[in-house]
Amino acid sequence: MTALSIRKLEKSFGGLRVTRGVDLAIQPGERRLIIGPNGAGKTTLFNLVTGELRPDTGSVALFDQELTRLPARRRAHLGLSRTYQIITLFPKDTLLRNVTLSLLGLSPLRWNPLLRLERQRHLIEQAEHALARVGLGHLAHRPLAETSYGERRRVEIAMALAQNPRVLLLDEPFAGLSVDERRDVKTLLFGIPRDVTIVMIEHDMDVALDFAERISVMHFGEVVVEGTRAEVVADPRTKEIYFGE
Amino acid sequence: MTAPRVALAAALVALVTVPLWVPGDYYISVCSQILIYAVFALGIDVLIGYAGLVSLGHAGLFGLASYTVAVCLAAGVGHVAAIAAALVVTLAGTAVFAGLSLRATGIGFIMITLALGQIMWGLAYRWVSITGGDNGITVPGRPAPFGLRLDAPSHFYYATLAVFLLTVVATWVFVHSPFGASLKGTRDQPRRMTALGYHVWLIRFYACMFSGLLTAIAGILFVYYAEFISPPTVQLTSSAEGVLMAISGGSGTLLGPIVGSILVEIVKNVASAYIARWNMMLGAIFVAIVIFMPEGLVPGTTRLVRRALKLRGPIPAGAPAPTTAAAEPAPGEPAP
Repeated sequence: MTALSIRKLEKSFGGLRVTRGVDLAIQPGERRLIIGPNGAGKTTLFNLVTGELRPDTGSVALFDQELTRLPARRRAHLGLSRTYQIITLFPKDTLLRNVTLSLLGLSPLRWNPLLRLERQRHLIEQAEHALARVGLGHLAHRPLAETSYGERRRVEIAMALAQNPRVLLLDEPFAGLSVDERRDVKTLLFGIPRDVTIVMIEHDMDVALDFAERISVMHFGEVVVEGTRAEVVADPRTKEIYFGE
Repeated sequence: MTAPRVALAAALVALVTVPLWVPGDYYISVCSQILIYAVFALGIDVLIGYAGLVSLGHAGLFGLASYTVAVCLAAGVGHVAAIAAALVVTLAGTAVFAGLSLRATGIGFIMITLALGQIMWGLAYRWVSITGGDNGITVPGRPAPFGLRLDAPSHFYYATLAVFLLTVVATWVFVHSPFGASLKGTRDQPRRMTALGYHVWLIRFYACMFSGLLTAIAGILFVYYAEFISPPTVQLTSSAEGVLMAISGGSGTLLGPIVGSILVEIVKNVASAYIARWNMMLGAIFVAIVIFMPEGLVPGTTRLVRRALKLRGPIPAGAPAPTTAAAEPAPGEPAP
């Protein structure tokens, strides 16, 4: 059984083919890195997997369950979670409220118009635990707008982890971080247990190559090289994509 | 007792004693009208402030409730049945409004609600056999709940106040609930909310239904207040007034729409007796609010008060140090 199976995925915007027959098979517990130059179609691939975009053809399956026709919200309930390249949070709310919203998304309680959210102790405690897990427990009641960029990145990861995902998609989690912040996020990602399969898009090779067991290189919407770190680094096509002829 | 609770208690006392300190039946009736439009503005604010959806068609729903009561009463139906019918018909109308208008957000949503509101106005104006057209419908009388007649302005005021307080409490519960948090999330980050597992469209639809319920209640109160309903109540300017009430007072707050309705109704009913061009005055007030308190009167005033409290400066030397838990460092933060 594969954790995430992508078969012959195609997507075009008008005449522009942004995803060309992508095939990926990611095993349970695997750490997979997806690299490629800007415009290679990496984030589009994530959007197709999470359901934010509909593929023209091809299929996506999560632990052998077909997702292709499911709406994006249903995929979260099946254990697919993601972070965004451009941080997408709730700036007016506290960190605790941000993570609580993440937990609420999978709870039937989200439809309840009669109870007080602040009194749902089990949710609040879970949110506090998720924040503590990423080292932000002491900032739980601080408005998101008053936190640093690195802290917001960690809130994104806390929100994703709070949903206990089976497959976690991380879109450039180190983008825009300082050296210290990168170290913190790296430690955090290395600490995620193996029952969570992780697929990560990242440009920072120093960090990402340590993390991943297998690497897929995308170029012009295609997966052109796939293999272990040594195989990908040794492949002449990788050098061609990054350094030219 | 904290300052907000003192203010709330004072406001409740002021509201309950209105017939004692407001001079004359006319002004008591104006107070009833303020409460009715506050409920209307609260309904609009559920969409504007908490869902991020601006509706310019709510007067259509308001009128639908009013006309349903008036038509039922004219047909000889009792008050309870007429009110129940108005609630059912308006909620059904709201479901149609929401089903059509939630196909879009932003400008698209505004334009669809505007069009639907204008259709309601057109029906009120042209479907003469039902609505009486320009002549409107006169309601034969007000109900007498528990044997209490509501003919006197003060009696009607108290009935309106009771309904108003119930709707304020219901709205407070609604916006502080898990569903209210979900709704605010869809306002701020719909894309993220979808990725988190929320059904954004359905959340917005339910918010429209709650907004429609409040609007129906306001429409029912209005038709009993005026004992008459005609097309001008349903027209676009009525919807726009509701939107202005919510925005000028402060959308996304409970107090804002209430303050906005006080402002608009006082200018319309009181200042207009002394100022011929009261519309111009109302416009000038809105321009001033937009310039000096773009977030609305309630949040703007809160901001100014907080700033004034900060300007009072640091605690003078020699003052006792705080001894509460707030003085202790948060876990993970360095000790002072």
